[in-house]
Amino acid sequence: MSTPALSAPRRGRLEAWLYILQRLSALAMAPLVIGHLVVIMIAVRGGLSAEEILARTQASAIWPVFYGLFVAAAALHGAIGLRAIAREVLPQHRSLPDLAALVFLAAVLLLGFRAVAAIA
Amino acid sequence: MTINNNTASDNDGEDARPIGELKVSIWRGGDDGALQTFTVPHYESQTVLDVVTWVQHKLDPALSYRFSCRVGMCGTCAMTVNGRPRWTCRTHVSRVATDGALEIRPLRNLPVIKDLVVDMAPFFDKWRDGQGYFVPSQPGSLTVAPVDSNSPARKQASAAIECIGCAVCHAACDVVAWQPDYLGPAALNRAWTLVNDERDNDRTGHLAAVTVAGGCHGCHSTGSCASHCPNSLNPTASIAGLKREVTKAMLKGEL
Repeated sequence: MSTPALSAPRRGRLEAWLYILQRLSALAMAPLVIGHLVVIMIAVRGGLSAEEILARTQASAIWPVFYGLFVAAAALHGAIGLRAIAREVLPQHRSLPDLAALVFLAAVLLLGFRAVAAIA
Repeated sequence: MTINNNTASDNDGEDARPIGELKVSIWRGGDDGALQTFTVPHYESQTVLDVVTWVQHKLDPALSYRFSCRVGMCGTCAMTVNGRPRWTCRTHVSRVATDGALEIRPLRNLPVIKDLVVDMAPFFDKWRDGQGYFVPSQPGSLTVAPVDSNSPARKQASAAIECIGCAVCHAACDVVAWQPDYLGPAALNRAWTLVNDERDNDRTGHLAAVTVAGGCHGCHSTGSCASHCPNSLNPTASIAGLKREVTKAMLKGEL
């Protein structure tokens, strides 16, 4: 048997922290999703062009902060959820789900903040 | 109608007339066994356990199964009946048979010893691993701790305490099937009663025991345990309570 990377109590505390983080990120995302939907509806119904949208997002620091938070919360929430699924699909692998979740987290953060930078 | 437990008297159903026939498929052998079909008389008032007993008495004495109290107290006679885990002594055939057919298998998520008998050791090992045992606060003391029956903790414990250890919830739980180290609904439900036991001296220990890789955070709250529990307990709610208390303890730095 391979030695686990973390002792059982530390592993347990990690599970609990991930659980707390996932609830907190969900709490953060709820108003962000509603805000995003409202923004999309206003932009589409108002018939704004891409240039007009960019002009608005670049005029204020609120939008990069809004979407920066959104990216961070979504990346965390999704990575923790996918890790839980991976642990159940691959119960014989101890660290593969952790690794896959970290790769997913990094990819979403990278792509997300690239998009945030583009509207800032 | 009563079914006589004595094979010698052979008067099963003597006072009642069968109302039809049942096609009963029963699991035979170990994990790699197969279904064997029997034809059994169907009586007006007949439980699934009565059917299994009839097969053993009349058709195949080698059929292995467990039962004890026959009144829904001991938790030994659980089997999978037409795809769902049930306590067979309190499950009427007329309620579960489809087109006169019954398929009776051993419980899911536990190793099969033979026929309808599963090895319950892994199930109760998880109760131990989840520290499902009382930790006394006054060793040797004969004083009785006063517990207010209306206190919120006592009410929480009361809601979860009538578990008979039948493993129906354990068999119904998909997370148990997917994640072999998951403690499961019964062990976690037991831990919740102890977390709420004012006499217990190791609340933090109980919370720590369920804050492990296969602990309470594995539950997806799909509620299969609650919908199958023959005693109408709600282990999903107990596990949600554990998650809540673990979160509080983590934030306070107690875990």
